[in-house]
Amino acid sequence: MAEIEVKDLTAKIGEKEILKGINLRIRTGEIHLLMGPNGSGKSTLANVMMGNPKYSIADGKIVFNGEDITNLPAYERAKRGLFLAFQNPIEIEGVNILHFLRTAYKAEKGEGKNVIEFAENIANELNLPREMLKRQLNVNFSGGERKKLELLQAILLDPKIAIFDEIDSGLDIDTLKTVINLLEKIKERTGILLITHSERTAEEVDSEEVHVILDGKIVEEGGKEIIKKIKEKGYASYR
Amino acid sequence: MQATDEEIRLRKGLDENIVREISKIKNEPEWMLDFRLKAYKYFKDRPMPAWGPDLSGIDFNSLSYFVRETSKKTSRWEDLPENIRQIYDKLGIPEAEKKFLGGTEAMFESEVVYNRVKKELEDLGIIFCDTDTAVQKYPEIVKQYIGKVVSPNDNKFAALNSAVWSGGSFVFVPKGVKVPMPLQAYFRINTSEMGQFERTLIIAEEGADVEYIEGCSAVMYSKASLHAAVVEVIAKKNAHVKYTTLQNWSNNVYNLVTKRSFADENAYVEWVDANIGSKVNMKYPSVYLRGENARARILSIALANSGQIQDAGSKVVHMAPNTFSTITSKSIALNGGKANYRGLVRIMKGAEGSKSTVKCSTLLLDEKSTGDTYPYTENNEKNAVTTHEAFVGKINEDQLFYLMSRGLNEEEAINTIVLGFINEMVEDLPMEYALEFNRLIKINMEGAVA
Repeated sequence: MAEIEVKDLTAKIGEKEILKGINLRIRTGEIHLLMGPNGSGKSTLANVMMGNPKYSIADGKIVFNGEDITNLPAYERAKRGLFLAFQNPIEIEGVNILHFLRTAYKAEKGEGKNVIEFAENIANELNLPREMLKRQLNVNFSGGERKKLELLQAILLDPKIAIFDEIDSGLDIDTLKTVINLLEKIKERTGILLITHSERTAEEVDSEEVHVILDGKIVEEGGKEIIKKIKEKGYASYR
Repeated sequence: MQATDEEIRLRKGLDENIVREISKIKNEPEWMLDFRLKAYKYFKDRPMPAWGPDLSGIDFNSLSYFVRETSKKTSRWEDLPENIRQIYDKLGIPEAEKKFLGGTEAMFESEVVYNRVKKELEDLGIIFCDTDTAVQKYPEIVKQYIGKVVSPNDNKFAALNSAVWSGGSFVFVPKGVKVPMPLQAYFRINTSEMGQFERTLIIAEEGADVEYIEGCSAVMYSKASLHAAVVEVIAKKNAHVKYTTLQNWSNNVYNLVTKRSFADENAYVEWVDANIGSKVNMKYPSVYLRGENARARILSIALANSGQIQDAGSKVVHMAPNTFSTITSKSIALNGGKANYRGLVRIMKGAEGSKSTVKCSTLLLDEKSTGDTYPYTENNEKNAVTTHEAFVGKINEDQLFYLMSRGLNEEEAINTIVLGFINEMVEDLPMEYALEFNRLIKINMEGAVA
């Protein structure tokens, strides 16, 4: 059983405060939905949890399985079993995907698995042509292909806690179904923070809790009734 | 050649007598001595280049201009003196030769000590020997081409080379012959304050095809050495020449090399030029696209570590219609190194339908390191296109974070990005060289992350 706790987290980029006292707790087997309008701090929270040095933490802490990881670099968090599927996975020229996957697997898990075979099997499941794994990391990939590659890494690296930052955006309807099914499967071994813009995704996912973020603060938490509320009234009612 | 087994070390410094002595040791014909003496005058008359990196550390009087370690020139590694053979063994040259080379040449100090060409290549009429031998055995060909692509008066260091040249490769590929395996030369400087001046001449006759690879290394000394080579490449109609360099001189070597080629109608010339070593490197492989549909591709990679200046780039002159060139330059500067791109593209009037694409990028790995780009483009033809893209900057923080979020520490993440950045080079090299290239980059990157 793994657990991540975000306690009174306040984070800044430069002098600008973006997160203002966030609290969250996610455990293995749970999917937490994080919803909110553009610019509310969703991706910032994901990045700060993963340890993006662009942001500075002004207050609060992040505790992973009882260990304070607030000041750990991203790779140390990754090695402990934290994963972030990026909203906009970046292109890295000249870096072969299979080679990268092997390096990442080795860094996080050590030797052992036949990474290439495993990655190819996941690619099949995701309907991602195997040939794509021979290409350069995200280079000239469509939005949907990038998301699939993020998901592939999530399955390969088998994290304890995973953050999916809008994994559902830019996917066609059939792929979306596949992705949601996979998330449900990943959930058995992993605690998930799912950031989404889409009420539709939110409705379809079997979630533990819904968190609404606005202007860097969690403004409401609860069950699926919140999704309905957002669907009907938007985020205006929180302002 | 003199049939002596004695070492020869001409006294340090340069004057006309040294030029004459070199020619005499080599038992050269009169015309070659004349060539040298004329060039020596050009060298004396020319000032040091007024542009580019500081060359004031070169003391022409402190250098040795001719060093013969052994007069044995052999085609069997076991014939070489033990100390020399060990050096090449360590560098893996005999092994590479067995695996994939069609011909191999090893130059030690001023002369080629080993040269061997596979019989099947000889049977095709391919000539691959050192240029000294070529002057003796094929004087008519050498006389016809030497100094025609790079004039002895082209620049101060080309003049110097023309005056005191020794060693280097002579490659002649007859009409329509495709060399099935790459030819390789390896250059080694073992002496302190040495001047190495190899002279290379590659002639690909009509429809011929050849790939030539050169590597080099030197023992590190506190005092400066000079490597000033001249390479002339002639690709006739429909010919293809690919010339690959893996330059890894020690950091006391000034590497000032003039490399130039002619590409006739429908010919294709590629320069793949990787510069990792040397103190100051100035190298701008050039192609003169003289015939219609001639093409040039230049890939130049440089790594400038502490105390190094890499001033690399290229030059292409479009002289005929529908000629094409692509120039890609990628450099990395770290620990205070300086990596410059310096390039020239000229499209002459009448070179209609020609196109040139230049892309140069420089990665600066820390605040101390610098890089400038000096691109020069001159288009004199309305119906021709030139494009130029340049980037100088730091490692992308988002890329770094992405990789670190996948468990790679900062050093591993930077290495991954840097190796990706220059991956195009790796793909261009034969497997063995690609591994060696990656290894050299990684060694340089060690401790790069403070």
